[in-house]
Amino acid sequence: MNPVELKYNKEHEYAKVEGNIVTFGITDHAQESLGDVVFVELPDIGTTVTAGKSYGTVESVKAVSDIMASVSGRVVEVNTQVMDSPDLLNSEPYGEGWLIKVEAEDLSSLDGLMTAAEYEAFLAQEEH
Amino acid sequence: MNELKRTPLYEEHLVAKAKLIDFGGWEMPVQYAGVIDEHHTVRTKAGLFDVSHMGEIDVRGEDALAFVQILITNDVSKLEDGKILYSPMCYPNGGIVDDLLVYRYNSQHFFIVVNASNADKDYAWITEQAKNFNVIAENLSEQYAQLALQGPMAETFLQRITNINLSHIKYYSFTHGEIDGVSCLISRTGYTGEDGFEIYVAPEYGRQLWRKILEIGANDGVKPIGLGARDTLRFEARLPLYGNELGAEITPLEAGLGIFVKLDKADFIGKEVLRAQKEQGIPRKLVGLEMIDRGIARSHYPLQKDGQEIGFITSGSFSPTLNKNIALGLIRADLAIQGEILDVMIRGKAVKAKIIPSLFYKRDNKAGHLAKESGAMSEKLSAK
Repeated sequence: MNPVELKYNKEHEYAKVEGNIVTFGITDHAQESLGDVVFVELPDIGTTVTAGKSYGTVESVKAVSDIMASVSGRVVEVNTQVMDSPDLLNSEPYGEGWLIKVEAEDLSSLDGLMTAAEYEAFLAQEEH
Repeated sequence: MNELKRTPLYEEHLVAKAKLIDFGGWEMPVQYAGVIDEHHTVRTKAGLFDVSHMGEIDVRGEDALAFVQILITNDVSKLEDGKILYSPMCYPNGGIVDDLLVYRYNSQHFFIVVNASNADKDYAWITEQAKNFNVIAENLSEQYAQLALQGPMAETFLQRITNINLSHIKYYSFTHGEIDGVSCLISRTGYTGEDGFEIYVAPEYGRQLWRKILEIGANDGVKPIGLGARDTLRFEARLPLYGNELGAEITPLEAGLGIFVKLDKADFIGKEVLRAQKEQGIPRKLVGLEMIDRGIARSHYPLQKDGQEIGFITSGSFSPTLNKNIALGLIRADLAIQGEILDVMIRGKAVKAKIIPSLFYKRDNKAGHLAKESGAMSEKLSAK
């Protein structure tokens, strides 16, 4: 199940908000659709990301998928573990498989995201 | 998705919870358990593929031999009855219409197996070329379900449900017989770099055979395998894919298939151009690449050397067997040198890769089933 404390976008990514620090990752549904993740490209610490823009890529054996920032800000932490073990995105998308942490300039762009319940409704709708 | 074609095994894929995709107009399983797991299953045990989407074209008639000789670049005149041969089929300009397998029953009857996405185009092309010959070409694609059982244990498992002595079927040979009481055509061929069989049956028996093979091998780890792993398996073994390594704008000589182009046989379509290309120097070569920097080279990414475009990636992937990122690229022949460093342009960024031998994976020939053809093929395929 998708954790209730997270926010979700339509690209099947989540944002975890702790003060002005926002952690990005992909959802369980995303990893399931991608299949075995074999490569992750993430920005360096100190670079800036922009809400609604791609900040990296996640690649499975067969697919390349852009990952979108849900807030603008400066990258303060990068999960180097997933760069060496991309399969963590499959096994623990909400845990060890997180991607980056961003110090948000402004949290207002999060208002457009879905709650876990809304995201599940969105998934159900997408199925059809 | 509009009007995708389904194979006779479609319901089985649903039962197995496959993820289905549009592949050349067919609704096909891309994976069941996961591409990497399926890949290792085929390399270490055996896996079962639904390849019913492949096209089958039957050629019969007095002129069948002469006709097939004109049609393809390889030479079927010396092929024994009951044997199979791999060949490109070219346009007059040397570009590739398709690559195919020719099953020889006798000099008046050949059975040609072509790529699913090219089947209609191929049938039209073959019919057009057949006009001046006393032959009848028939598209039998709808009349077969095709299963492939591939992997080192394929013979052991399949032998449990057939009275055909499988050890008598040599590599690139075929026979008719019964598997689980179902009449079929069976050949020792495949597209994975492993030993294995391809089985052609009437569509109504497809599901029975599929279930039976999975059942008899279940305790030994036999699993259904999707097109995702089929691609990584064929890619590691440097087996070309039409649309990637092969196409109307690529000649078989450029694609490293020179051994299947018999310039010493009498006329065939494309011969003049291919001969000239061989004499004047082949402009492009297919090379193996290993990523040095982090990144996965994908099909059609540009390749550069010192900022100049020199070719493109034909196939690229994470290799489950080698556990690294590798690729095949078609590049200017003068730069096709082992150890040379090239830039793969990934989303506008130059990512370094090194030219390495392109036969990334070759199985141990423990079973001793490799006949001359395969020896020649491996030799050729590793020659670059």
